[in-house]
Amino acid sequence: MSATPADDAPDPRRTVWQSALRFCRREPLGTFGLLLVIIMALTGFSAEWIAPYNPTANDFAAMTEPPSLEHLLGTDQFGRDLMSRIIHGARTALIVGLTSAIFGGFSGLVLGVSSAYFGGKIDLIVQRLSDIVMAFPLIILALAVVAIFGPGVQNVILAITIPLIPRCSRVVRASALTIRSMPYVDAARACGFGHTRIILRHMVPNVMAPFLIMVTSFVGQAILAEASLSYLGLGVQEPVPAWGLMLQGGAEEYASTAPWIAIFPGVAIMLAVLGINLFGDALRDALDPKLRER
Amino acid sequence: MRAWLLTTGLCAAMALGAVWPADAQAPKRGGTLNYMIAADGGPSLDGHKETTYAVLHATAPFYSNLIRVNPENPSSTTDFICDLCTEMPVPTDGGLTFAFKIRGGVQFHDGTPLDAHDVAVSWRRIIFPPEGVSSAREAAYPMVDKIEDPDDRTVIFRLKFPTLSFMPALADPWSFIYSRKVLEKDQHFYERNIMGSGPFKLTSYEIGQAIHGERNPAYYQSGQPYLDGFNGIFAPKQQTRVDAIRADRAALEFRGMSPSARDQLVKELGDQVSVQESDWNCGNVFTPNHKKKPFDDVRVRKALFMAVDQWHGAEALRKIAIVRTVGGLVFPGSPFAATRDELIHFPGYGTDIENARAEARRLLKEAGAEGLTVEMLNRNVDQPYIIVGTWLVDEFRKIGVTVRQNIVPTGPWLEKMRAGDFDLAMEAYCQMVVNPIADSGRYLPHEIYKENFAYHDDPKQVEIYNRMVRETDPAKARVLMRAYENQVINVGAHQLPTLWFYRIVPMRAYVKGWKISNSHYLNQNLANIWLDQ
Repeated sequence: MSATPADDAPDPRRTVWQSALRFCRREPLGTFGLLLVIIMALTGFSAEWIAPYNPTANDFAAMTEPPSLEHLLGTDQFGRDLMSRIIHGARTALIVGLTSAIFGGFSGLVLGVSSAYFGGKIDLIVQRLSDIVMAFPLIILALAVVAIFGPGVQNVILAITIPLIPRCSRVVRASALTIRSMPYVDAARACGFGHTRIILRHMVPNVMAPFLIMVTSFVGQAILAEASLSYLGLGVQEPVPAWGLMLQGGAEEYASTAPWIAIFPGVAIMLAVLGINLFGDALRDALDPKLRER
Repeated sequence: MRAWLLTTGLCAAMALGAVWPADAQAPKRGGTLNYMIAADGGPSLDGHKETTYAVLHATAPFYSNLIRVNPENPSSTTDFICDLCTEMPVPTDGGLTFAFKIRGGVQFHDGTPLDAHDVAVSWRRIIFPPEGVSSAREAAYPMVDKIEDPDDRTVIFRLKFPTLSFMPALADPWSFIYSRKVLEKDQHFYERNIMGSGPFKLTSYEIGQAIHGERNPAYYQSGQPYLDGFNGIFAPKQQTRVDAIRADRAALEFRGMSPSARDQLVKELGDQVSVQESDWNCGNVFTPNHKKKPFDDVRVRKALFMAVDQWHGAEALRKIAIVRTVGGLVFPGSPFAATRDELIHFPGYGTDIENARAEARRLLKEAGAEGLTVEMLNRNVDQPYIIVGTWLVDEFRKIGVTVRQNIVPTGPWLEKMRAGDFDLAMEAYCQMVVNPIADSGRYLPHEIYKENFAYHDDPKQVEIYNRMVRETDPAKARVLMRAYENQVINVGAHQLPTLWFYRIVPMRAYVKGWKISNSHYLNQNLANIWLDQ
């Protein structure tokens, strides 16, 4: 079903619920993605109440047990319930994913808009520094940061945040450069408004669409990066439940005899990243006026 | 005459056949051995300083020793043979003097001759290290008074007191013989470089990645080495090593693999793989840093020990890790080892675990350390460090102590322990020839045994050890060992030995000539290995 032109026109009288319903109708895949993200978020934040077992408690009477009514997703080599570990792992993924994306995104936003607004030497320095950081693939830079600061959740967040900053800054700067030359920005300057007011009131709101899309995609990238670092033994450490960590060690060693140890965390990572990417794509379509006109 | 020769020859062949195992073959010359090293490189290349197999497995093929364990009988605790010496000495002066004659014609890889002065200087560096030089095994030789090198072919060890532990200690595979001339110029040369007189010469070393050696044509052991060269490949993850053996990118790893890895390789490779197994003179030691609060309080340390259920842990962990036996300070197979009845009185060995944990919680409360949250330093080696560490973390959780593991590569792990930069640590305890009295010297305070990282002080423990090391009556020495063990684990609660290892070495069936021992440090110079390809 195609939308009529009347549907596309922004209607200030539309409520949030109406807008959400419209989004669901127009973006079924995005809605599915959003649903996965919501499930993941609810699961992560209510892990203490819904996980059937303590995710770090060993149970030597139940080592490498296949999925059963007692352990719906089976157990690992320590007898730990995989479902409980995956539920708690969602929290680790969300904490790392959201924190890295938000810090990386907002730092990139500030740098990108400031760089575009002030131009000159500030722009030159910020962009050359961004070039240097962006010369390294995300995971390589994250590996270097973890190697310097050591493993652990905080350091993993730092390791993932740093490479995200210039990526966001570059995209935001491109949008902000266009806005800087708009007459209303000149008008604001002519009225004697300060830099902070011009940046916050007139420029930032107009780069929010690409910024939100970037931040959404960063969440997925950060979750994958965290899983990769943990898989390499450089992320969070045993016995903290984390999806990437669950894929290393026992998952590899018992891949042929107890495949569920590797399959379920792998499926969890896949669904989380898929959900975030689908939602991000749909958000882009919804926020981009050109795509909205299709 | 011909008939006599024929008959004699046939008889000799038959006699030889009677004593030669049916599958015994003459070694074949040639080929390159690829083997995995279950680590990511060591902190330095100096065997005198280091304690990790990551260094030994990479460097032993380049060096010679004064004496060594017989490579044909490496599990023996008494079968030693000469490496650089010409014959095993008979002690004189009531067991106080051991004079070794050194081979002639031995050369270092740079072409300079090796003589008795090189041997003496190397051993002095180990036993009496000069200032600024760290010797990991300095404390293993309290019996040595001085080392003399009166001429180019003689080295004399003079002891302070007779002891049975001297000769096993001398067979230490880490006691590489270095060049005196090199050491005179730079005592730290061997931390960064390799230059020995062993069966292989270094061709290249990529730090933490691989080490490569080629046959030393001037090697003094006749006919050896059989290999043209070797490639030692570092890989801390077990599955990487298993995959390498499965794909025949490597023939084996010498350290040991888990039961599941063995089963997987045997199932998939059938008769293309052979397996050697042995009890292992190795274990992990749980070490609280006495210099850090609240671990300066014996009640807190004891509480942590009491939380651990070693007996049930052993039953479970032996299925997934290279650990098997509950033991005290001494290798469980030794007559000096504590029995179960002797052990169960120590914290961490009790059979009523619920009572022990209740007592542990009480001790923590009394010490004001309830709800403790701390970090445990561990090594980035899955078998068994991470597995044992993960098990302990859950045991501590049961008394309300939250422990976060800080798992780091071998180099930083050792550096952090050496710097005292940790709260709790998972140390490694691995020894060579089973030599209970000397081996237990590793529990002596850091001031005496530099590689003990509990950083404790215990004059009584030292006093008991000094009496034990001078005791020549095995029965009395065993009694002293119990007192020493009680002081370390119970009275002082300085360190807790966790489960002893079990060594499983699956290897490609074409690897011949190598025999497993109860130590992965022994028999590692690769000189007697050959490939049946």
